[in-house]
Amino acid sequence: MYLLIALFLPLVVFLACLTALRKSQQMAFTASLFAAGVSLLASLAMIPEVMQNPTKLSQATSVNWIPYPPIHFSVGVDGLSLWLIAVTALLTVVAVVMSSGRDSMFLGWLLLLEAGIVGVFAAQDLFLFFVFFELTLLPVLFLMGQYGKDSGKATSMGATIKFFVFTFAGSVLMLAAMTYLFLKAGTFDYQNILLQVQAGSFRLSPAEQMPLFLAFFLAFAVKTPLFPFHAWQADAYATAPSPLGIVMAGLMGKLGTYGLLRFCLPLFPNAARECAGWINGLAILAILYGALVAIVQPNIKRLLAFSSLSHLGFVVLGIFSFHINGLDGAAYQMVCHAVTTGALFVLAGVLEERKGSCEISAFGGLASRTPWLATTFLIAALASSGLPALNNFVGEYLILQGAAFAGFGYAAAAGIGVILSAVYLLWMYQRTFLGPNPDEATADLSTQEAIAIGPLIVLMIWMGVSSGNFLPVQSAVNQKILQQTKMNVEFRVAAPVAAEAVHGN
Amino acid sequence: MPNQPDLQLWLILFFPLLGALINGTLGRRLPKTVISAIAIGTVALSFLWVVRSLSELGQLDKPHIERYFNSIASGDLKIGFDLSVDRLSSIMLLVVTGVGTLIHVYAVGYMDHEEGFWRFFSYLNLFMFFMLILVLAQNFLLLFVGWEGVGLCSYLLIGFYFLEKFAGDAAKKAFIVNRVGDFGFSLAMLLMVVQFGSLDMTTVFSTASKLPVETSGGVVTAVALLLVVGACGKSAQVPLYVWLPDAMAGPTPVSALIHAATMVTAGVYVVARSSEVFLKAPVAMEVVAVIGMITAVVAALIGTAQNDIKKVFAYSTVSQLGYMFVGLGVGAFSAGIFHVVTHAFFKALLFLGAGSVIHALHGEQDLSNMGGLRSKIPIMYWTLMTAAVAIAGVWPFAGFHSKDAILLAAHAHAPWMYWVGVVTAGLTAFYVFRAMFLCFFGEYRGKAHPHESPAIMYMPLVVLALLSVGGGYLPVMDWLAPLYPAHEHPHDMSLILISVGFAMAGIFAAYYIYVLNPGSADGYAKSLGGVYRAIAGKFYVDEAYDAAIVHPIEQGSRAVLLDGVEDVVVQGGVGATVGVTRWTGGMLRLLQSGNIRSYAVYALLGAVIFLGVMASSGGAR
Repeated sequence: MYLLIALFLPLVVFLACLTALRKSQQMAFTASLFAAGVSLLASLAMIPEVMQNPTKLSQATSVNWIPYPPIHFSVGVDGLSLWLIAVTALLTVVAVVMSSGRDSMFLGWLLLLEAGIVGVFAAQDLFLFFVFFELTLLPVLFLMGQYGKDSGKATSMGATIKFFVFTFAGSVLMLAAMTYLFLKAGTFDYQNILLQVQAGSFRLSPAEQMPLFLAFFLAFAVKTPLFPFHAWQADAYATAPSPLGIVMAGLMGKLGTYGLLRFCLPLFPNAARECAGWINGLAILAILYGALVAIVQPNIKRLLAFSSLSHLGFVVLGIFSFHINGLDGAAYQMVCHAVTTGALFVLAGVLEERKGSCEISAFGGLASRTPWLATTFLIAALASSGLPALNNFVGEYLILQGAAFAGFGYAAAAGIGVILSAVYLLWMYQRTFLGPNPDEATADLSTQEAIAIGPLIVLMIWMGVSSGNFLPVQSAVNQKILQQTKMNVEFRVAAPVAAEAVHGN
Repeated sequence: MPNQPDLQLWLILFFPLLGALINGTLGRRLPKTVISAIAIGTVALSFLWVVRSLSELGQLDKPHIERYFNSIASGDLKIGFDLSVDRLSSIMLLVVTGVGTLIHVYAVGYMDHEEGFWRFFSYLNLFMFFMLILVLAQNFLLLFVGWEGVGLCSYLLIGFYFLEKFAGDAAKKAFIVNRVGDFGFSLAMLLMVVQFGSLDMTTVFSTASKLPVETSGGVVTAVALLLVVGACGKSAQVPLYVWLPDAMAGPTPVSALIHAATMVTAGVYVVARSSEVFLKAPVAMEVVAVIGMITAVVAALIGTAQNDIKKVFAYSTVSQLGYMFVGLGVGAFSAGIFHVVTHAFFKALLFLGAGSVIHALHGEQDLSNMGGLRSKIPIMYWTLMTAAVAIAGVWPFAGFHSKDAILLAAHAHAPWMYWVGVVTAGLTAFYVFRAMFLCFFGEYRGKAHPHESPAIMYMPLVVLALLSVGGGYLPVMDWLAPLYPAHEHPHDMSLILISVGFAMAGIFAAYYIYVLNPGSADGYAKSLGGVYRAIAGKFYVDEAYDAAIVHPIEQGSRAVLLDGVEDVVVQGGVGATVGVTRWTGGMLRLLQSGNIRSYAVYALLGAVIFLGVMASSGGAR
């Protein structure tokens, strides 16, 4: 019930915003805030049930949607998706708060985006997953195309088209792969497929796994994005209207990494292990490349885009470490990165609103004029650079630990990214906030902006100090995923034995 | 630990944190007296709680451990918020909270006229919180929390005068250079978990102590060397020392507390704490000793040619930390820690005294604008002179005892280390007394009107001066003896006399050049030519780093990665995507004249077509 509220209430208000509330902006704002707030409460209300048994599907609902092919509207939440759904709801509330004064349509699209993202995290039917996965594109297209702002060479229309083509093209093959799975398993129901795998009635040979895995991987790698599929990212982040930026930068990437963890590992473990070497290589390239390019970005939002490229490289590295520490770190980092990057985009939006641009050279010396803005920005930047006692550190540490088990060289190479993150974030902070006083006055955080950023700052500290409140439910699911990947590895080891038996006959 | 008293060690941390929170959030609206009372009071309470806990614990034959909650649990890896006190950390606790309290008191006077009084004390209390976490941590991850936390506070306090560009630059440099060290430290942690399966110190050390000694190299050596990288960052050793002299951009009480007495000794503390690991890795021990030796010499040489009084003492700190590393490296862990203690007394005193001089001269830091202050600010003169004699290593002052313990151990390990150390001691005496003589003797060369500092500033100096005189008789080494393998070496009187002789020679040389023949220094400098220029130019290390690391990274990222890879390969190249983009854009524009809604329609259309295909394929089956 709670899950359905979190999923459908935003949809209802989205429809209302497009129709009844179209002309009354104030009403639309109130309704949107209400919808986002209630769906946040609903997602928090799911916590006790999931905590009780994190690996079991809570709040499960399954309704026949399309009779043939049999597609179910099947949703549920477990320990892996719980915090992702909650942070989606939270960032939507923040984004709505930051969009007061925008028109009804804008708010409506934001809510549709929320519904889409929550749907991705909750979907238990492969086709439904794909529908939600693509549904998230729709609001982004409208928000970017109609409300975007040209930034330097990048036009908002160009960025929109690039974003759409990349992400849409990336997922076409995944649809084909899903079709293959359906034809083979006779169902789109993910839990059902996993049960068949467990029972041994559904097996994919390594030769089958590889193309299927690559098709899924491509879709998720573009979405994440992973180097070198990130061409859409910087322009999209720079031109997107700030409230969209909060949700997009905070959550879009997690659709990719969530997919990798949720589907790629359990479904195609042999192929995933086979490819782990070069994928980890790409992840490390993303970490270092993103960080190095971020150092020389002249624009805050672009810098954050490359910073995200770097940080999500960590998540991919954790997933493909095939070690529980790495998986836990990746799952934790997804939530932490959403909180931290969401906060940084809120603050970038505030800065942009003050000066009309996000070019770093437009700022300087703001700290004495805007102490609260400077303090919150510094906390978020330090969290992002992995300062212990703040959230990202826990994720990054566990990821590196997992990587160290997979190969110490991975951890050592990725660790350089942690040094570089301090370089680009502190340099940006210095150029934006330190130095001589500027002549003109700049307003500090307004009450409304403080309300938006406050919970995120609290979460950064809470998740950094006491990961015990958040990590165990994710860890339980990760244990199960890891178990699933091992099951199939035994199958692979068992293959020669079977061949021998044949030989013996 | 069931039978041990629960001492509520967390309170030691909690008081300064509380102070930081109150002053940080409400400080803007509080009067200065309240801010100072909170700042000093919380640190003093912390000190009292340390004293109380230690008196309860008595002999501390076994470490006292208190476990609070599980902070990270993933798979087999369980890391808790665990605090512990043993003989080593008890000493650090006393030094940190004791000297910390004195410096807080002093800072109230020093910062009286400064903007951002509340901000300063909030940061300073926060520093105490993290420093105490570092000392009390029972596992390496918690230690790392403190380790990076003190780095953060150091960043904030170096950049305290953030309106000046150099302060922001120095702060950033400190944080980033330390990050390089932290990189080593975190790799050490990762390797520990892989090898020992835990980060808990008791487990790690007991596992390590059962391993054989690695004579050439191996995993334990790797762990130890990675820890050394971290220690070199925090304790400003070659090649990562470059941030500490710049860190003097912060207010002087910060230089005294963080960049002399406490935080910079964290590297020494970690190595001493991990002695079980290091004892299995003689290669790493040797590396520690050699790094310490090089650092001690290089920094002492640079110190002879600095004209900023704080820079002189900064290089002196680097050099003295080098001594401590030598002590650790030759196996005299307790001597190294002993030097941490005495150094905390006399170096804090030197900095606070220098701060008082700067305060008295309204911000003047250049030695060439001082002189003749002996009669104008006599209390400062006498307290600073005490510190100078102590650091020079003259019997019976504090520095003598700890430095000679290190030098004797170095002689037993390798005589050349002793001789280099003795020469460096002579250099140390020379540059410190050079600063003293330039500051207090001769004619006054400045324009400001010097005045004696208020009591709140000189009282802490008097206490520190007493400790600098008598601190050498504290039984630190006996207290630490059970923790470390016995280190027997003959108490050779001649070696002691030689080192004191070099110190006296250094003092006399400074007296000869700067008091008996004022103005003669330039002549000596000229006659040394290129050598002097290299020393005065700090061996051009900063310039070399800029040319070898900073510029290549920045230029390379811009020219190769951003303009090359990103713009050409990723944006333009990745196959035909650019063509696809143009083509799609063109098609869509053609169909819907750029109407955004069309893309959405096509997205849905795709799904519909798919369903149709599915249905028909299903039908065919």
